[in-house]
Formats: sequence, C-alpha cells, structure tokens
Amino acid sequence: MRGIALLIAASVAVPILVILASFANPEPKIWRHIVDTLLAELAWNTLTLCFGVMAGTFVIGVGAAWLVAMYDFPGRRMFTWALMLPLAIPTYVLGFVFIGIFDFSGPVQALLRTICSTPLGWFPEIRSTGGVVLVMTLALYPYVYLLTRSAFTTQGKRVMEVCQILGCNRSEAFFRAALPMARPWIAGGMMLVLMETLADFGAVSVFNYNTFTTAIYKAWFGFFSISAAAQLSSVLLVAVFLAVWIEQRFRSKMRFGQVGRISEEASRIRLAGFSKWAAFASLAFIVFIAFLLPGAPLIYWAVASAALEPNTAYQGLIARSIFLSLSAAAVITALGLILAYIQRHTGDLLTTWAIRVSTLGYALPGTVLAVGVAVMIGLVDRGLMRMGEDLLGLKIGTLFQGSVLTVIVAYAARFLTIGFNGIGSAMNRIPKSLDEASQLLGVVGWRLIGKVHIPILKNGIFTAAILVFVDVMKEMPITLMTRPFGWDTLAVKIFELTSEGEWQRAALPSLALVVSGFIPLLLLHSRSEKAAL
Amino acid sequence: MKRIQRSIATLSVALTLGMSGLAYGQELVVYSARIENLIKPVFDLYTAETGVKVKYLTDQEPVLLQRIKAEGDNTPADLLLTVDAGNLWHAAKEGVLHPVDSEVLTKNIPEHLRDPDQRWFGLSVRARTLVYSAQRVKPADLSTYEELAEPKWKGRLALRSSKKVYNQSLVAMLIKEHGEAKAAEIVGGWVRNLAAQPFADDTKTMEAVVAGIADVAIVNTYYFGRLVKKDPAVPLAVFWPNQSSSGVHVNVSGAGVVAASKNKKAAIAFLEWLSTEKVQKIFAEANLEYPANPSVPAHPIVAAWGPFKQNRINVSNAGEFQAVAIQLMDRMGYK
Repeated sequence: MRGIALLIAASVAVPILVILASFANPEPKIWRHIVDTLLAELAWNTLTLCFGVMAGTFVIGVGAAWLVAMYDFPGRRMFTWALMLPLAIPTYVLGFVFIGIFDFSGPVQALLRTICSTPLGWFPEIRSTGGVVLVMTLALYPYVYLLTRSAFTTQGKRVMEVCQILGCNRSEAFFRAALPMARPWIAGGMMLVLMETLADFGAVSVFNYNTFTTAIYKAWFGFFSISAAAQLSSVLLVAVFLAVWIEQRFRSKMRFGQVGRISEEASRIRLAGFSKWAAFASLAFIVFIAFLLPGAPLIYWAVASAALEPNTAYQGLIARSIFLSLSAAAVITALGLILAYIQRHTGDLLTTWAIRVSTLGYALPGTVLAVGVAVMIGLVDRGLMRMGEDLLGLKIGTLFQGSVLTVIVAYAARFLTIGFNGIGSAMNRIPKSLDEASQLLGVVGWRLIGKVHIPILKNGIFTAAILVFVDVMKEMPITLMTRPFGWDTLAVKIFELTSEGEWQRAALPSLALVVSGFIPLLLLHSRSEKAAL
Repeated sequence: MKRIQRSIATLSVALTLGMSGLAYGQELVVYSARIENLIKPVFDLYTAETGVKVKYLTDQEPVLLQRIKAEGDNTPADLLLTVDAGNLWHAAKEGVLHPVDSEVLTKNIPEHLRDPDQRWFGLSVRARTLVYSAQRVKPADLSTYEELAEPKWKGRLALRSSKKVYNQSLVAMLIKEHGEAKAAEIVGGWVRNLAAQPFADDTKTMEAVVAGIADVAIVNTYYFGRLVKKDPAVPLAVFWPNQSSSGVHVNVSGAGVVAASKNKKAAIAFLEWLSTEKVQKIFAEANLEYPANPSVPAHPIVAAWGPFKQNRINVSNAGEFQAVAIQLMDRMGYK
C-alpha cells in the first residue's frame, strides 16, 4: 500500500522536483535585481493580497455556509446553489469584466461623466489592491463555502442540542462548537484559496498588480531565465508547504467524528422579522455582485461580438473542454480516494510526506508546473524509445509526448490536492470503530473501500470531482502548454483573444465556459439536496 | 507476455509509419505565438496551393520555446513563429533555430528586420508610435518619444504595463541609442507624467485617452487600426515621432526554422513563400500591420496614416538589451 502511495506521489512529484532541480543552475544576477529593486513591493503586495482574499473568503464562505445550513429564510433553497455559481467564472474573466465595468472607459464612469461636469477624482480606482482583493474574493469564496457547508450539514444536530442544553446561545454554539468542528473543511477550503491566490497570474496581470507570481513570469518571459523562474516558484512551494504543515500540526492531536446521523430539515432554525430579511439581503448581494453583475456584460459583449467569430467551431471547443475536464475529474478523484485511504491506514512519516509533496502542485503557477511535466514526459519518452530499441530492436516514436495522457498527468500534478482534500476530510468523519467492525466481519482491503467507505464518502467524492471538473474547465496555462495538436479548448480560445487585448470578443468563449461549468454545479446541488447523509 | 510483445510491436510499426509519413513532407508543424485567427487563412492558402498540410499550436513564445526544448530531438515543430524580435533573438541564442541561406528571403526581407546570422526573418512590421487626442493635442506639440518625458506632459501620458515585451523593446532601443543613463532619465520622466497607472493592454491605454483621462499614448499601430475599424469617428490620431532623428520604433512578427526539424527543406520553402508579395499582403492585412516586404503596400486603413521613417537599428537589439531595459524600468518605478 505504501508502495502505491509512493508511486502516485512520485508521478506527480517529479515535475515539482524538476522545478527544484533548477537550483543547479544559479542565477545570482536576476535574484539580486529582484531582491534589490522589487522584493519590498512584491512581498507587501503578495501578503496583502493573500491576507485580504483569505479574510474575505472566510467571512463570505463560512458565513454563507452557516446561514444556509442552519437557518431557514426566504430564498434559502435557491441560495444553496446560487452561491456556488461564481465558481464557474474564471478569476481572469471576472477581473476583465470588473475592469470593463468600472475603469475609466467603462459604462459607469462614462455615465457619471455625462452627469457631473467635475472630474471624477473621487471615483475609487478599480485597478488597485482593493480591486484585486475584491475580484479574487468573489471568484474564490465558493471553495470555502462549498466545503464548509458540507461540514455544517454533516455535523449533526445533536451538537447543537448539546450546546443548547449547556446553555450556550447561538453565536456561542457557532464559535465554540460548530466552527472548531468544521475546521478540517474550512482549513481545506482556505488552503485552496491561498494556493489559488499565490499561483494566480491571469487576474493580477489584468490589474497590472505586481505579486510574487509576476516576478516569476518576469524572470522567465523578460529575463529569459526559466531557471530563475523555477527557483522563485520554489519559494512559493516552501511557503505553502509551511502553511500546510503548521495547520496540520495544530490539529494533529484532534480527532473529528460525526455525532449522530443528520436529518437536516428538522434542525434548521426559522428566522423571523428583521433577521430573516437581513439574511436574504446579504446573500442576494453576494450573488448579485459575484455572478449577476459580471454575467450581464458578458452576455452583452458575447452577443455584440458573435458575428466576428463566424468560423470558430464552438461545439469542438466545448466538447474538448468537457472531455478533458471529465477525464481529469475521474482520474484525480480516483487518485485522491486512494491517497486518502492509504493515509488513513498507514500513518508512517514517509507516506505522510509523500502525500504532502504530491499535493503541492496547486501552489505553483500553472505554466511553471507545465514545464516540469514537459521535461518529465520528454525523459520518459526518450527512456522508452531507448528501451524499445535495446529490448525489442524496434524504432518507436514518442508515446506520451503530444498525447492527451500528458495533459491528464499535468492536471493531476496540479489538482490532486483538490481531490485529496475533499475526500480526505470526509474520510476523517468515518470513525475508526466502523473499520474495526468491518474487519471483524471479514471485510478488509479494497472491499472495505468499496463496501463501506465509498458509500459513506459519496458526497465528498462527488464534491471533489465537481471541483476538479470546474477547475480544469477554467485552467489555461497547462492546457496551452501540454495540449496535443487540434486540442484547442474554450480556455485556449479565451487566451488567444485576451492576449491580443480583445476582451470583449473573449466574452463569447467565456460565457460558453461559464455555462458548461455551472451545469455540473447545479448537478452537485440537486445531488446534495437528495443525499441526506 | 507474447501478446504484450506483439501489441507493442504493432503499435511501434504504426507509430513508425506515422513518423515516416511526416518525413515525406506532406505536413508542416508550426508553433505559433501569433493567434489562430491571424494565421489560419494563410496556412489554408498554402495547403490549397501546394497540398502541404500545416498543423499548428498557439501559445506564448517563451512557453513554445520551452516546449521545443523539452521535446528535444523528438519535437514535431518545423517552424517557430513569434510576435516580437526579442523572443526570436532568444530562441536563436538557445540554439533552437537553424540558419537559412536563402536568396528569396534576403531579397524580400530588409536587413534590419532579420537576424544578422539568418536564423530568423521578420514577416510583418509593428510600429510602436504615438496616438493622441485629436481634440486636446495639436500635432505640432508632439515630436519624439524622448520629449514625452518633459514636464509639459505631466498628468497627460498613458502607457501600457512595462511587462509587455513591446515596451521592453522600445526602451531597449532607447538604451542602444542613448546609453543607460539618458534612457533612465527618459523613462523616469514618462513615469512622472503618467495620467494613470499603466494599463494591461494597448486598447485600454488608448481608451483612457478617449475617456479624457490622458492626452497621448504610446501604442502599436494595429491596435489603433482596430479601434478605427470599429468606430471610424474615434477622436484619436496617429503621430510619427522621431522623424528628424532615429525614426519610429519598429518590431517584427517573424519566424525561424527549428533546428531539430526533420523537414527543413519544406520549412524553408514555406518561409520563403510567406515572404512573397501576395502572401505578405494577406499576412499583414489580417492584423492591420505593415508588410515586412517593402514592395507590398499596406491596407488602406493603415496607408491612410501616411508614410514614416523607420528606426533602422537591427531589431535583434531588442532581445540583446531586453534584460537591461527591464531592470531600468523596474528601477524607475515603471510598473
């Protein structure tokens, strides 16, 4: 079993190791320049961005999850799914739409200029720290919301009953019981947000906001040094590694179980009067600003520019996007499940570390990770070709290079953490006693997974699969670099148009991407409503 | 075991056949930083004329270069097509491009638009010039890139981000011409004169001038051409700077033959074809650029801006001075 864990870990960890190997080729000049002239700004910007986005996603994600899981108020059922929808919008798309609306040349300022005769000095600058934090918070809070909501709904109402018996009021029950009990889920969601924020290049470059990732690209695209870019990326890796390690250490002594089964409907508290409408209004505001407001101009631009793209075969782009996302979701959830299972049963240090390393890819800028994958595939292919010649006396071509398999491996290296986090924290809720009981009945090994764990984990697995699906839909740099000929997807089309500054023409593929992304989200919703577990 | 061996053998034969199909030159592979909309019509035309199929992959230049390097000898790429000279210079320096000794190319492409060692050739010219508000600026007030650093432009200049290679090339050329100290003064002056934080693309930069936030911008002409195409009444105009000195800064979109290509002959034939008059016209017009081949007239929208004097320093200098240019812009606070 340990072997399997190590094998999976190795195949996704090799690209990361390739990146670390860049230190063999030191770039003192570039480092000196970055440290001397840029570091202060970059560090400050990156820290403010991470802190701001994490705070924002925590408040919105956990708050919204708590409201829809625990209370009943008008529109609650609708909000449970509507709050997930922004997940379908890529961060860079949300970024260019917000700039399109609020920057100098956008409709809002244009309208204000015709109304007031004085200059609009007071109008807040959207291309600012606040603007980036706002956009990334709106794009990323669904991760926290989705995972935390499933924690709250699976916590069981007896916890709340116990709190009431002990004389706690609602907010005490929330802060002293529900929140700590949901910690693995919240932490998992926040980790995804942190890594997503650190690795983002698309959104920050729309805002021309310099972060650590910008420096990575500057080293590569500007100074032509992939080594320096890889070295800078390793700094990100170390930062995330430390964050994960510290978080896990803090809760390594804790155990998370489930108290009783859930009967959701009965346990919700009905809100009345002012609080009823306050809950409605606050959630409505979030959905409005994160989904409806950016959705409207997307539709408008898409319609206006549809005539400019008569020859683009959108069916093909959509089909390939969906095919890649589905395959990746299947592979990554399977790997995540296996890793989570192995982690549960072999707690030794080597396995734990192997898993930690293999789930780090999410923190790397996609393109940098893609280079690691490309180098690895090149090595494997050359090895196989040599073996083919030596062993079989045959000249074979490249097997992996330029094949869909490469793309899937690259996705796995990047998104494994999503599969693993979602399933791993759900696995925590299965008491060990259940395994022991099964073992007494002779149900062990793979049968234990198939018969006992998977049925219980269904929701966790499904959530992980959907998250991977949506993430791969939106993924751009890895798809660009590793795709085979003719495998253009919606994200590739968006890249082509935005790279030429044709933001409005990019609206049509963006819209197609958002729509293809939220169909599975709605599926997730209808499923989680049905599953009472 | 037997069965596995047999299927491996079958697979290998199939793959070998597939590979040899490539070797007959019925197919060319282009890695392109120029987007699909702009290259597909040209490639389709080549297939129609010669029967040679052109396959392509688009991405950013540095990524394509890394892909070629990672694929090594097994790379399917025959031609690397980029949208700036700096990246071609870099690809050549990395040994990824093959020198091409071709009379057709040396005749069709002017000397300053190709590699001195013949490893790459410019195919279209992109002029980075001044675009100003026709309502608030008199053309007589404008003169050079350098002059935009003067205090009279305070709060009136709009620039794109320094992270874009076009601005890096422009500053690289200023360094080549004036030396680092003088270039730093100019860039510092620009930064002091900015009307707003640098923008993410040329279009947004010009839109700031339309919105009245700034009065003059430094942009590539084809972005202006697109604005004009959309709205012929847009209140902006082109100004050709440095006409009595070095000339307008130009960059190229160009291509080179990949060193590991197994199809070099066919790739060279294709590259030569791209430099011919008929194709140059289509290639440049697709994006409202200037053809690299000087005997080909530009699109009417482009021609309407009038003739101008180009900076004749070889565009490969853009690559050579790029790193220095970026460091300089970072030091001067140009974001």
